[in-house]
Amino acid sequence: MTSRASEATGSVAGLQPPASEPVARRREKKAAIPTGSPLTRGSKGGRIGILIFLIIAAALWTIPLLWTFYTSLRPNDYFADHSFFSVGGPYNFQNYVDAWQQAQLPKFFLNSAIITIPAVALTLILASFAAFKLSRVSWRFNVPLLILFTAGNLLPQQVLATPLFQIAKHTPLPASISDSGSFINTYYIVIAVNVAFQLGFCTFVMSNYMKALPIELTEAAQVDGASIWKQYWKIILPLCRPALAALATLEVIFIYNDFFWALLLVQKGDRLPITSGLNNLNGQFATNYNLLSAGALMSAIPVLIVYLVLQRQFVAGLTLGANKG
Amino acid sequence: MTATQQTPVPQAPIEKPLAKNRRVRRLTTKDRVVISLMIGIPTLIEAVLVWFPAIGSIILSFAKWNGVGSFGKIEWIGTTNYANVFGIDPNFWPAVRHNLIWLAFLAFIASPAGIFLAVLLDRELPGSKIMQSIFFLPVMFSLALVGVIWQLIFSPDQGLINGVLGTKIDWFGNPNINLWAALIAASWKHIGYIMVLYLAGLKGVDPSLREAAAIDGATSRQTFFRVVFPAMKPINIVIVVITVIEALRAFDIVFIINKGTNGLQLLATMIYTNSGAAARVGYASALAVILLVIALVPIISYLTQAFKEDKR
Repeated sequence: MTSRASEATGSVAGLQPPASEPVARRREKKAAIPTGSPLTRGSKGGRIGILIFLIIAAALWTIPLLWTFYTSLRPNDYFADHSFFSVGGPYNFQNYVDAWQQAQLPKFFLNSAIITIPAVALTLILASFAAFKLSRVSWRFNVPLLILFTAGNLLPQQVLATPLFQIAKHTPLPASISDSGSFINTYYIVIAVNVAFQLGFCTFVMSNYMKALPIELTEAAQVDGASIWKQYWKIILPLCRPALAALATLEVIFIYNDFFWALLLVQKGDRLPITSGLNNLNGQFATNYNLLSAGALMSAIPVLIVYLVLQRQFVAGLTLGANKG
Repeated sequence: MTATQQTPVPQAPIEKPLAKNRRVRRLTTKDRVVISLMIGIPTLIEAVLVWFPAIGSIILSFAKWNGVGSFGKIEWIGTTNYANVFGIDPNFWPAVRHNLIWLAFLAFIASPAGIFLAVLLDRELPGSKIMQSIFFLPVMFSLALVGVIWQLIFSPDQGLINGVLGTKIDWFGNPNINLWAALIAASWKHIGYIMVLYLAGLKGVDPSLREAAAIDGATSRQTFFRVVFPAMKPINIVIVVITVIEALRAFDIVFIINKGTNGLQLLATMIYTNSGAAARVGYASALAVILLVIALVPIISYLTQAFKEDKR
């Protein structure tokens, strides 16, 4: 069988809620039919043409990143008396050291961790709460509420920007907690807004996932006198592990990559997470692209790690959201 | 990772009647408290930080307020903000035009390119897994990082493109061309995004459909446009919605380039410039409402699609 078939079944095993037996068997059989059978493959000449086209396109796709990497390896002084395109001269990682020290990169990274980790954890916990209620405990308002949750995540962030800024500014916090006396410039508000904004999407995905779990699971437990909490914590949540893993990967990247919320709500440079900090980096190194490229690439390190290690989970998370629609 | 495999379509018709008939109504008081908290806390957060601000934008769009002092200082000025937006602001119509160009570019060039790549990659040629990963890499980057990376490509005197062409064009600085340069940067990410979504959808299309078409003598182009594409209607709608929403949300790249000025004005950057520290609260809200009204079109069409089967 082709690798396609085994991969497809693999992802079924990975992400499909453990459904009842016959359903699972039917799906497996379907996936086993190779989609690229000789009939549907097209002519050999056509295939070679397509392959060449794809290889050229993929090569073009790598150029921006390769150029950034190349720029980051070249010392800026060298170009004072050389063209920017001369390939001679030194190559080293000094720009990375300099960018790390001159920009506030360590601080930015720390801020990103302070914001991203609790925000992802809270989003997943709260979304799984809401999804459990919306998908497994019937209530007249389940569907309207889920629609409102989903709609919230689809709004452009800027629609919420002005009132959010004023809410943050006019909600007092004791000076011992916040030096601004309000939620402005605090991690709390950035975390809270990220959680609120991602909650809709995660609730939507989780509730679809939980809906697909057989109703007998919790019914049997209920007959045995298991509390709602037990049904959630002991039965439903463990079965949602694949969806949680995919969503966690996705949300780490989404929240880590968020540029706008911190830009809006944090006015102190040293409280910014790295993605919003890129804006500062961009200004600070406007005349030294070698440092800028080194700093930009360092900001991508966590993303690149996820790309290399958890790409499959990330893609699964993306398609989980899209396929229901 | 396919549409049919992930959506529990086969089970749904069996399950729903069951859920209704066997609904167990006996919840203890403790269960009721637990369940109320489980739904109440997320709903409260969503309400305070998403729905309320969205409605707040609508209310404040009729106000004049600089955000200082108590809410009593808010002056209610009717539709003056809207009149100023439509009639006076020199940036507004250019911003609308740029957003429309952004949308058209994504809709007619970038999204079809992503679909095209997906269709080609779906043929399982040697190396397609690796190429798929390459196209996917920019999808994981933030748009801010994409903006910085493309700045290095488009820079007038240090950029790759001018170096290769031997020109000195200021791609991001010239207001006649910088929108297009920004769109190329945005497409670098958008094409991969559409590609991966569409590829997942393609793998979910029943292969026997294609085989039947092939047996009937259809060319691969005919098979795609007459058989596969119509069968992917749900995914096609998602792609359209994502494209429209991405076009309305466009912000990060142009903000990195020049904060949304000089040929790169967009509705989103105008809102930011007027809110926040500038504190033209009412004016920024009026702009936000205009963006909200436009955004509701794709949002409502998506929700109708997504919740079609869920009426219970």
